[in-house]
Amino acid sequence: MTNRRTWWKTGLGLFFTVVMLFPVYWMANVSLTQTRDLRSDPPHWFPWAPTLEGYQSVFANQLPALGTSLLVGLGTVVLTVLIAAPAGYALALLNLRGGRALNFLLIVAQMIPAVVMAMGFYAIYVRLDLLNTIPGLIIADSTIAVPFGVLLYTAFMAGIPRELLQAARVDGAGAWRTFRSVVLPVSRNSTITVSLFAFLWAWSDFIFASTLNRNGDLVPITLGIYQYIGNNTTQWNAIMATAVVASVPAAVLLVLAQRYVAAGVTAGSVK
Amino acid sequence: MTTTLTPTRARHDDGTGAGDTTPAPAAPPRRRRSPDASRWAAVGFAAPLLVYLAVFYAYPLLRNLDLATHDYTIRAFVTGDADFVGLANFVDVLTSPLFATALGNTAVFTLVSIAVQFSVGLALAVFFRSSFRLSGLLRALFLVPWLLPLIVSASTWSWMLNSENGIVNSVIEAFGGTQVNWLTSPDTALLAVTVANIWLGIPFNLVILYSGLQNIPDEVYEAASLDGAGAWRTFWSITFPLLRPVSAITLLLGLIYTLKVVDVIWIMTTGGPGDATTTLAVWSYREAFGTGQPDFSPAAAVGNVLILIALVFGLLHLQLQRRQEAS
Repeated sequence: MTNRRTWWKTGLGLFFTVVMLFPVYWMANVSLTQTRDLRSDPPHWFPWAPTLEGYQSVFANQLPALGTSLLVGLGTVVLTVLIAAPAGYALALLNLRGGRALNFLLIVAQMIPAVVMAMGFYAIYVRLDLLNTIPGLIIADSTIAVPFGVLLYTAFMAGIPRELLQAARVDGAGAWRTFRSVVLPVSRNSTITVSLFAFLWAWSDFIFASTLNRNGDLVPITLGIYQYIGNNTTQWNAIMATAVVASVPAAVLLVLAQRYVAAGVTAGSVK
Repeated sequence: MTTTLTPTRARHDDGTGAGDTTPAPAAPPRRRRSPDASRWAAVGFAAPLLVYLAVFYAYPLLRNLDLATHDYTIRAFVTGDADFVGLANFVDVLTSPLFATALGNTAVFTLVSIAVQFSVGLALAVFFRSSFRLSGLLRALFLVPWLLPLIVSASTWSWMLNSENGIVNSVIEAFGGTQVNWLTSPDTALLAVTVANIWLGIPFNLVILYSGLQNIPDEVYEAASLDGAGAWRTFWSITFPLLRPVSAITLLLGLIYTLKVVDVIWIMTTGGPGDATTTLAVWSYREAFGTGQPDFSPAAAVGNVLILIALVFGLLHLQLQRRQEAS
């Protein structure tokens, strides 16, 4: 393949990418635009006189929301891995009875609309006083990630060479020690993929946040943006600045963990 | 969030370094110290999941059914003494004039979204199949829309489509067109939210179809090019037929996700203007949480209708997948 023959493809690819990512550019552009220029016609295509006032208002108002989202995200990761990893082990390597039926249930579970789950959780949380609490939101958010996590772990663990497990057994390890010292370390990459997605989904969640946590002092960042839109539609630079900050985890993931992201989309999938 | 786990994909293509661990073919029957002990160990490891599914999946769904078959007012919601009304809520929902509107909007939103997402995703996957300079990087950048929180993308689109100050109208006017009230006119609102949703779904289609393309052996293409087949011919006689199984699954998954979408539409239009962008999922959300007056019983009824529709396509998806695994 000569380089010259593929140059036009690079050009075309760049063009497609620019078109695709234009909204992202626009978000960044607006976040840096001065308030008085927001309504100028035509809009400024480039922030010639950039301002950080949008970002100042993010740090003045949205730090608690960012903290809440971080906490909820991490809590969701812990809960998801705690439940999914052992279940994957049981399904893939311990010949769990009724494993096929369980697998089927997990796939069906992923098809249930979040709004239906949100109503069910709301009805339960009202009684238990779990509305507007962080544990309540962590539990609800984890329902997005747990079935995915179990299926991903199961698929990976089914591929672990049996010799490895037999060696552990010969050494006298029981199921628990085999899990802890052989299966879990070998499945490290699956743990990373599951954690990444659990975090990202919890961080991005809007439906559960807007139904189960909408009145509390501790709203996550997605709701912070939403309330912003409701309150002052003139401050779009501040809204877009919050949006940029809320996109940071996604950007970090893309840069640091792209292969795990692609793995997650392909192995399972999501929206 | 449906998962497709085609076994080969999970083992070789997941990029998690598992490619080199060749899984043993069907494990030979081996001697266990005690089959009972191992069986109990399996139950023990699965127990957290079983409890979790019962408490955090089955119970909310049951509560939801309970809501749908009772007449819940706000007061009854707290005290819990709502009247049992059987299927009356379902009858109300199905005979409501909004039902036809919502069903129609759901159909348009879903079908147009997945048709365009799939076509664009497939075209891009074919384009990216031949590696060229920067192709890996550009492919990675295409994931961005999918990774961003929905509220971020939806609010960015709202501002871009804003009637007075949006960049889209500004471009249209620069070319001599007139201002379009994308999100505030009933004629264009559904189109506007569909466009935003298409943008969100392209990465997913691209990634799945691209990995499907990777599984088509190069030799097939080489043979075609020796036979003098052009790009167009190659696509229709090789790529498209060989990709059919992956395509079917991608389309069905897209369908199931898109049916469930609430946030994109809610953030951009809250289902309006009027009911112009009210899909079944948005309708359910609005009844329960969207107004100051939560009306959980009809909301739950709509939600249950939605579950039924999703399950029909879900079972179709499972059957397709099973048939593929068998072949």
